[in-house]
Amino acid sequence: MALANELSVTPFHDITFHVPEGTFMGIAGPSGIGKSSILKCIYRTYITTSGNIWYKSLRYGEIDLSTATERQMIHLRKNEIGYVTQFLKVIPRVSALDVVAEPLLPFGYSLEDARSAARKLLERLLIPEELWNGFPATFSGGERQRINLAKAFIVRPRLLILDEPTASLDNDTKQSVLAILKEMKEQGTTMIGVFHDWDMMEQVADNIYDLRSIKREDHNNVLEVRGQK
Amino acid sequence: MQTAENRWFETTNYNFAFLDEGSKREIRRKTLKAVAIPGYQVPFASRELPIGRGWGTGGLQLTLSLIGKKDCLKVIDQGNDDSVNAVSIRRLVMETTGVTTTEETGEATLIQTRHRIPEETLREDQILILQVPQPEPLRRVEPSEEVTRRQHAEMDYSAKWLQLYENIVKWGNITIGADYPVMVQQRYLMAPSPIPRWDNPKIHQANYLSLYGAGREKKIYAIPPYTDVVSLHFEDYPFEVESFTGKACRHCGSTHTFLDEITDERTGEKLYQCSDTAYCKKRQKEQRGTEVSHGN
Amino acid sequence: MAIEPLQMSKGMTESIEKEIPLVTVKGLSKQFGSGCEYCSTPSHEEKEGNRCKHCGSIWAVRDIDFELYPGEILGVVGESGSGKSTMIRSLFLDEEVTNGSMTVSTYNKGKINIFNASAQQKRYIRNHVMGMVYQNPYLGLRMTFSSSGNIAEKLIAADNFHVGKIRERASELLDKVEIPISRMDEPPKNFSGGMQQRVQISKALANNPPLLLLDEVTTGLDLSVQAKVLDLIRSLQRELNVAMIVVSHDLGVIRMLADRTMVLRQGLVVEKGLTDQILEDPQHPYTQLLVHSLL
Repeated sequence: MALANELSVTPFHDITFHVPEGTFMGIAGPSGIGKSSILKCIYRTYITTSGNIWYKSLRYGEIDLSTATERQMIHLRKNEIGYVTQFLKVIPRVSALDVVAEPLLPFGYSLEDARSAARKLLERLLIPEELWNGFPATFSGGERQRINLAKAFIVRPRLLILDEPTASLDNDTKQSVLAILKEMKEQGTTMIGVFHDWDMMEQVADNIYDLRSIKREDHNNVLEVRGQK
Repeated sequence: MQTAENRWFETTNYNFAFLDEGSKREIRRKTLKAVAIPGYQVPFASRELPIGRGWGTGGLQLTLSLIGKKDCLKVIDQGNDDSVNAVSIRRLVMETTGVTTTEETGEATLIQTRHRIPEETLREDQILILQVPQPEPLRRVEPSEEVTRRQHAEMDYSAKWLQLYENIVKWGNITIGADYPVMVQQRYLMAPSPIPRWDNPKIHQANYLSLYGAGREKKIYAIPPYTDVVSLHFEDYPFEVESFTGKACRHCGSTHTFLDEITDERTGEKLYQCSDTAYCKKRQKEQRGTEVSHGN
Repeated sequence: MAIEPLQMSKGMTESIEKEIPLVTVKGLSKQFGSGCEYCSTPSHEEKEGNRCKHCGSIWAVRDIDFELYPGEILGVVGESGSGKSTMIRSLFLDEEVTNGSMTVSTYNKGKINIFNASAQQKRYIRNHVMGMVYQNPYLGLRMTFSSSGNIAEKLIAADNFHVGKIRERASELLDKVEIPISRMDEPPKNFSGGMQQRVQISKALANNPPLLLLDEVTTGLDLSVQAKVLDLIRSLQRELNVAMIVVSHDLGVIRMLADRTMVLRQGLVVEKGLTDQILEDPQHPYTQLLVHSLL
């Protein structure tokens, strides 16, 4: 049961790890070491040079994300795998509310229902109501980041990939993001994330994978997990 | 120097019906093809004639190629036997063939006409020949001949329908008065020549052959007897003929014919009279006859 | 607030499992020029270029294969002269192809190569199976006819001969693309560039085609208008689940719209993949150049 959603990555570092279903694995390490690259390989924004990324999909069963077809990836991204980046890329002149509501529409939500779900989420993420109808392109860094989180949270993916999603958030908002992350985890969402601050990571991560402990020449390293909660 | 004697060319120097037999054969062959494909415009080698192109040379070539010594010809222009154009054409055919001519619709075997179909219903043994200025019903919406030919081949008539739609949008109704487009035998869109809408229903399932000739545009087309000819119309905008409700011919009192509107120059009053002069005269004669018999 | 886990509907599951491509294109090639014995087939060598050294003929599009799935947006990107426009014009049957086949699953069960269809079938396909939005609205619209008439033309071609119903559908479509109904009978020549593109989109969608082709639709529009048109395209795609092929030289447009992207160069597909992968991890040197020119 614990391994039902096993996920292992063997990227160019020749590293291996697995994430049990419903747990949070943090990735740590100095910048430039390849934290984001691992995440992007899982999401297939980067093409994996060698190795496998096994994911237990609801739809396809066990599937290697490094070789899945583009159509399978598109389907997984829409239905199972969420990804939050540091940067928000949206169509200009679409309101924040609609940006957040949009991912629900393919699931058969009416625009009104999707918007009302989006409102609740924006409220939880402490986005002032007067911004809801504003355009995210005009928002501050922290506001944009929260829109980005809301966009990923709203569909409650099975696997959520987080790439420094809280970099420019104030403490209150961080707490509220943490609360949501914990809640999602309890509901079974598996997460892999890179956080810039250890505090944040330690509060939510079940395992932390420290890339500094890998010796690149060593091809047989299975990383020790530290900070187990 | 022109004198009264030499003003007319020497018709005796010409073949029967002016055209040489080769030309007539060409026109007849194309006519047969036109009859075989109702509504389809058949290109033909249009000849030079002693009248200018655009003055009825298409109709005239059909008449000249079809006329035989026993035929009787009637020529009308907008319903009128006496207009200059009708008279000139009639005289040319007379002088080059020696056939008899008539103003009585019922007596004629060939009727060449411009812009009208006689009010009197024709018989199977009569042929109606219409002069056509613009044979292409799509020309107003598509200037290229290459494209219109392809549109006919593919039965792509949406551009013409669009013209009707635009009429309705702009004016609340279809405003095409004369030359109202028709579908022939559910296949070809056809310009019935600039006859009034009034005459359109006459060519549907008519019991006579109608031939259309465009001399300048070098096209012949035909509607054989008993062919379906349907004026274009939308489901919620039915085709309608001109209405003359409350009006009557000032000469014969007719209320069931196509009426021309004329203005009395002195009084400014609007007057109406039959556009088909022969039919009007016939009615007047019949009315006089009944009056006479009353008097007896 | 609890975030509810999402359940996928049964229908969704099934449609994914036996996913059939809407459009399948194989070996699409188009040669301009007379051709000669040296260039009878398009070379796949990138270095050779697409112009024949002997006769000067050009293979504008070389052996393109791709599949497009229902409701999907495929981006096609490349610089001018890469064959994008020739490709999309070939797909819309504006251009006669030299080789290749194209099938659409909703037309004759995908059994007919549309490139070889008769002229009448092609006309049917262009009216019912696909819609096209051209960069130049003069190609897609009758500028002096009313906007509603432009839509009417498509509806009439699909045998709708009821003016009332035609106008009802036209106003529905124009409303969808945010053209005020009060202006539905104005000719597109009175409209701004962005409005003209929107009228063109509504015309292309008149008969609910499952496939929409968009050729550089936002090129030449003001940035703010561009954004609006892009947003419209996205919401139409969602609402109507229409599959689209979006051709653009603008990677920004491709990023906003496309799920998957093909990169064209000298008529060859040099790379295809998920759009974000193409943009962030381009594999082909040409794509790398293209991406780095943007950022």
